[in-house]
Amino acid sequence: MNDQITPILMPKWGLSMRVGTLAAWHVEVGTEITPGDEIMDVETDKIANAVEAADGGLLRRCVGQAGEVYPVQALLGVIAPSAVSDAEVDAYVDAFEMPEIDEDEDTGPSYEFAELDVGKIRYTERSGEGIPVLLIHGFGGDLDNWLFNIEAISEKASVYALDLPGHGQSVKAISNPNLETMVGAVIQLMDHLKLDKAHLVGHSMGGLVAAQTAISNPNRVASISLICSAGLGESINSDYIEGFVSSANRKELKPKLKHLFADDSLVNRSMVDDLLKYKRLDGVQTFLDGLKENLFSNGKQNVNIAAGLDALDCPQQVIWGEADAVIPKTHANRIAAATVSVISGAGHMVQMEESSQVNDLLKDIL
Amino acid sequence: MARTLSMKDAVNEAIDQEMGRDPTVIMMGEDIVGGAGADGEDDAWGGVLGVTKGLFAKYPNQMIDTPLSESAYIGSAIGAATCGLRPIAELMFVDFLGVCLDQVFNQAAKFRYMFGGKAETPVVIRAMCGAGFRAAAQHSQMLTPIVTHIPGLKVVCPSNAYDTKGLMIQAIRDNDPVIFLEHKNLYASECDVPEEPYAIPFGEANIAREGKDVTIVTYGLMVQKSLEAADMLKKDDIDVEVIDLRTLSPIDMDTVIESVEETGRLVCVDEANPRCSIATDVSACVARDAFKALKSPIEMVTPPHTPVPFSPSLEDLYIPSADRIADAVRKTMEA
Repeated sequence: MNDQITPILMPKWGLSMRVGTLAAWHVEVGTEITPGDEIMDVETDKIANAVEAADGGLLRRCVGQAGEVYPVQALLGVIAPSAVSDAEVDAYVDAFEMPEIDEDEDTGPSYEFAELDVGKIRYTERSGEGIPVLLIHGFGGDLDNWLFNIEAISEKASVYALDLPGHGQSVKAISNPNLETMVGAVIQLMDHLKLDKAHLVGHSMGGLVAAQTAISNPNRVASISLICSAGLGESINSDYIEGFVSSANRKELKPKLKHLFADDSLVNRSMVDDLLKYKRLDGVQTFLDGLKENLFSNGKQNVNIAAGLDALDCPQQVIWGEADAVIPKTHANRIAAATVSVISGAGHMVQMEESSQVNDLLKDIL
Repeated sequence: MARTLSMKDAVNEAIDQEMGRDPTVIMMGEDIVGGAGADGEDDAWGGVLGVTKGLFAKYPNQMIDTPLSESAYIGSAIGAATCGLRPIAELMFVDFLGVCLDQVFNQAAKFRYMFGGKAETPVVIRAMCGAGFRAAAQHSQMLTPIVTHIPGLKVVCPSNAYDTKGLMIQAIRDNDPVIFLEHKNLYASECDVPEEPYAIPFGEANIAREGKDVTIVTYGLMVQKSLEAADMLKKDDIDVEVIDLRTLSPIDMDTVIESVEETGRLVCVDEANPRCSIATDVSACVARDAFKALKSPIEMVTPPHTPVPFSPSLEDLYIPSADRIADAVRKTMEA
C-alpha cells in the first residue's frame, strides 16, 4: 500500500450513525485540498453538515457519488500527490474494503452509565493520552450535542461527555434542580472515573456548570473553555428559554429551536422529535420548570460567575457564535483573563455549526 | 434509545410501570391469570398471546381473571372506573365488541355527559385488531370506525412500539374511556423505546416520513405498508409524506390539512372496510377544508366491502398492499 495515498471516508457522527448520504461534493478531481477546506456535505436522518478535510493534498478520485447513501467509513475520495500513478490510485480504490451496511451490527463503544449519589448518569468515553477533556452540554441538551467534537478532540486527549442530571438518559427525579446539583454531578462523575483533573468544556448552561465547578474545585480543573456560555451577564433570549420549556408539541417547539442555529434549516423533524421525546419522559417537565426558575427566571440569568473566574489561574478561553440568538455575543468579553474567539456564520450551537474551528480551539488549549 | 423493544413488550412495560406507580391500576381479562400454578408454569399465560405475561407474578392483587362473559367484565371494569379504580380490560379480539357494546357506547361513553360532568370513567379497553393472522372473519376485523363514531370514546391505534408505550401510559392516566386497539401483526415489530415512562398526548399525528408531492394519511399496520410504498415511489422520484394519525378520536386534522396544503394530493389508506371509515372521514374533511389546495382527486386504498377471507391467498389480496398504495399515489400524480 502506498503511504502517500490518503482516503476520504464517510464520517461517523455519534453512536447511532450507520449510514450517511453524500449530499454534494464541494471539490472536484484535480483540486488541491488544504486541511480545513469544506470538501463535501453529508446528511444523516439526524443532521446535515459540511465535512472539512482532515488531510491536505491533491484530490485524485471522487469515489462517492452525490446523492448516494454510504456506510460509515466507506471510501468516498482519494487524495494523493501527482507523483503517485493513476494505476496505483486505481489499485488502492479496488483494494479498499467497503464496509457493509449492517443494521444489527454492534457499532463498538456504547454509552456508559454510572450510579452516583445524584442518581444514574449517562456518559460516553474515548480513551487517549494525558489529562482528559470533559464536555458539558447546555440547558435541555445532552451529550449528543458534541456529535461533531468528540472524535476530533480524542485525537489529542481522552474525552468524556455526560448527560447532566435531568437531561438525556440521566436520572430525572431531581429534588434540587439547581447549579449545585449540576456541579455535584460533574465532580461525582470525575471521582467515579478517577479523574484527578480535567479540561472542562461547557456549552451555554454547561459553561456556567463548568465555571462553577472550577471555582469550587480549582485543583480539579486544568483549563476551562466556555462556549456561548451562561453566567457571564444578565440577558438571555427568554422566548427561547420559556418557549423550550413550555412547548408541548412539534409545532410549538420547532420555531423555538430555530433560535439555536445561524442556519435554521438545520432544525429538522428528527431533531424536533428527539427533543419532544425527551420532554415527554416522566419528570422532565417538572425538572425543566424548576431549573429554569432557579437559573433563568423572569427572562434573566440569575447567576454571574465572571468575577469568580477572574480569580482563577488556569487557562481560560471563551468561544462564541457571532450570530448567537440565545445569549448575546457581547458576553464573550466579560472575563479579563480569557482568550476570546468569535466565530462568524454560527449561532448558539457553534460547536455543531462550525465544528472544526471549535475543535481546533479546544485542542489548542490542551 | 439504546434499546429496542417489540410492540407486544411495549404494551407490557407500559402497564407494568403504571401498575407499579399507581395501585389503583388494575387489569381484567380472559386468561390473564390463567395457567398460574399449572405444571411447568411459574407465572400465568398473560392472555391469549401472552402480552401481559409476568404481570400476575409482580402484581397479584391487581390482575383479575374473568369468566368468558364480555358484557359482565367490561361492564364491571367500567363500573369500577367510575368508583375510583383505573381498570384496563382486555377484550382479546375487538371482534367481540358486539357482546358488550351497550356497556361501551351507551354507558361508558355517556357517563360524563349524562351526569353533568360529575362522573369520570378512566377505563382502558384493550383489544387486538386487524387481518393477516389467518384467524378468519370473526377474529380479524378493523373496527376502528365503529368506535370512532361514538362521542365520548377516545380511540387509539398505534403503529410502532415507541408510540404504543407512550399512548398506553397516556390512556391509563386519561380520565375518559379509551379504546386501545393493537394490531396483532405489529406485535413483533421493534423500535427504540426509552426505559423510562413517558406519555404521548392524544390528538397528535406523527409525520412518519416527510415528503412534498403526495400526502398519505393512515394508521396502524398500514403505516408500515405506506412507508414501503413511499420507498418504492422514491425510485420514480415521487416524494411521499406519510402521516400516522396514532389516535382516531381525537383526530389531528390540522396536521393533515397543513400537509395537503403543501402537497396538493391526498391518499387515505385504511384497513377498515371502505364504507363510513377513517379514510372516508379524512377525505371528506380535506375536501371541505382544503378543496382549493387539491391538485387531483383524493384516492382511497381500503379492503373490499367483504368479511376478511379465511383462505390465505384471498386474505393476502384483501389487505391493502404497498403495491396498491403506490398505484394510488401514482394515480394522483397523473391527474
